Amino acid sequence: MIKTDVVIIGAGPTGLFCAHQLGIIGLKCEIVDNLDKIGGQCIELYPDKPIYDIPAVPECTGEELTNNLIEQIKPFNFNFHLSDRVQELKNENDKWLVKTLNGKEFETPNVVIAGGVGSFEPRKFPTKSAEKYDGKSVLYSIKDKTIFKDKSVVIFGGGDSALDWAIELSNSSKVTLVHRRDEFRGAPASVQKIKELSDNKTINLITKYSIKDVKGNGSLESVEIKSETGESKVIKADYVLGFFGLIMQLGPIAEWGLNLDKKTIPVNTKNFETNKKGIFAIGDICTYPGKLKLILSGFHEGALAARGCFKYARPDEKYRFEFTTASNTIKDRLGVKE
Amino acid sequence: MAKIKYIEFNGTEHEADVANGLSVMEGAIQNDIPGIDADCGGGMSCATCHVYINDDEWFKKLPEKEMGEDDMLDQAFEPKSNSRLSCQLIVSDDLDGLTVHMPEKQV
Repeated sequence: MIKTDVVIIGAGPTGLFCAHQLGIIGLKCEIVDNLDKIGGQCIELYPDKPIYDIPAVPECTGEELTNNLIEQIKPFNFNFHLSDRVQELKNENDKWLVKTLNGKEFETPNVVIAGGVGSFEPRKFPTKSAEKYDGKSVLYSIKDKTIFKDKSVVIFGGGDSALDWAIELSNSSKVTLVHRRDEFRGAPASVQKIKELSDNKTINLITKYSIKDVKGNGSLESVEIKSETGESKVIKADYVLGFFGLIMQLGPIAEWGLNLDKKTIPVNTKNFETNKKGIFAIGDICTYPGKLKLILSGFHEGALAARGCFKYARPDEKYRFEFTTASNTIKDRLGVKE
Repeated sequence: MAKIKYIEFNGTEHEADVANGLSVMEGAIQNDIPGIDADCGGGMSCATCHVYINDDEWFKKLPEKEMGEDDMLDQAFEPKSNSRLSCQLIVSDDLDGLTVHMPEKQV
C-alpha cells in the first residue's frame, strides 16, 4: 500500500502539469497511466504534429511538449506507474483506496482524473467468435514470440506493428498477412520487405480481405476471411494477430458514480472537484459551462485542482499563495539556488 | 448550407442543415446525432467519426481523400472501400442531399 497526497490518473499534458502544481505547493503524488509511455494523446496520437496554441510557445510538437513537461516536474521525483490502469476507487474513512489492474494499491485523500477520452486499448476484431480465443490464440500484442515457432500465424493490419511482426515471425512460422487494401501505412522499407517475402513465397500476402470468422473446436483451427465482393477463404491458423492501432475507452471510470455526461465528468469551476469529495477531474474528461478542450485549459484546471487537493491533504494547514519568482520555499522544492 | 442525412446502424434517420465550412462530423456533434464519436475532435488522429457513403455516385463526387485518411481508416471499426472520416468532409452547397451511414460502432 502506497500512501500519498494525490493519485493522478493519466500522464497526458494536463496530468503532468497538475503534478507540477502539486509539487510547487508541497504535495506528493503518484501518476498512473495505461500507456507504456508518458504523454497521453500527445505522444500516442500526434507526437510529430505541431501545436500552435500553447501560451508563449509559438510552435511545438506533442513530443516536445511532453518532454518539456517531464523536465519541468523532474525536481519532484514523482513516481509513474505506466502500463497500468486504475480499476477501483473505494472510500474508507475519508480516504480513497485506489486499486490498479496490476494489483498496486494506494491510499490517498485525493484522486485527480486527467484521463482524456479514456485509456488507450488495442482495437479488437469485430467478430464475436474471436472473443472466445482472446488472450489465448487471438492476440493484439506479443509478449513472448517463441510461442509462434513452427505455427501457422495469420496477421491482420497494414501498419508498422503488423508489418514488423510479419517480417519477424516469417523466420520461424508460417505467416499469412491480411490487409483490407493494397496500400500499407507502415515504413516504406518494411513495405518493400513484405513484398519481397511475398514474391519469394516466404509469407502469404492477401489484400482486400478482412476477417469474417474464427473457427475451432476448443483450440483455434482456422480463420475465415472475406472480400467486399463476397468471396471468402479459409486459412489454417494456430494464432490470429490483429494490429489495428489503439482506441480510447473510458473503462472503469464510468462505474465510479461521477454523473457522467456524454463520456465527460461534470465539475465545479472553483477547484474542479466532482460530485464526490476528493475526486477531481481536469482536462478533456471534465465538463462545465464554457469548457474548451484545449491543453491550456487543462493546465489552468490542474492548477486549481491542486489547490483543491491541498485542503484534504493538509487539513490542519492553511494554504498560502506564493509566486515561483519570489518564494524561497518553492525554490527549495525545485532545487534551484539563488 | 447543405441538408445532410445521417443514418444510424439500426436504421434511425436524422437530418440536419449544416452550415458551409463545417465538417459532416461537426454537423452530427452540434445536432446531438448519435453514432459519431469524434474522440480527437477533428484532427484526423483517431477513427471514431467513421461513416459509409453507400451511394456510389455520391462517393465519387466527394472531395478525394487526403494523405493519411486511409491510414486512419485502417484503424476504424469495419472499414470498407466506401468508408470516409466525416471530419474530413467539409460541407458546401455541393454536399446538399448527402447521406452517410454510421457503422455499428466507432470504438
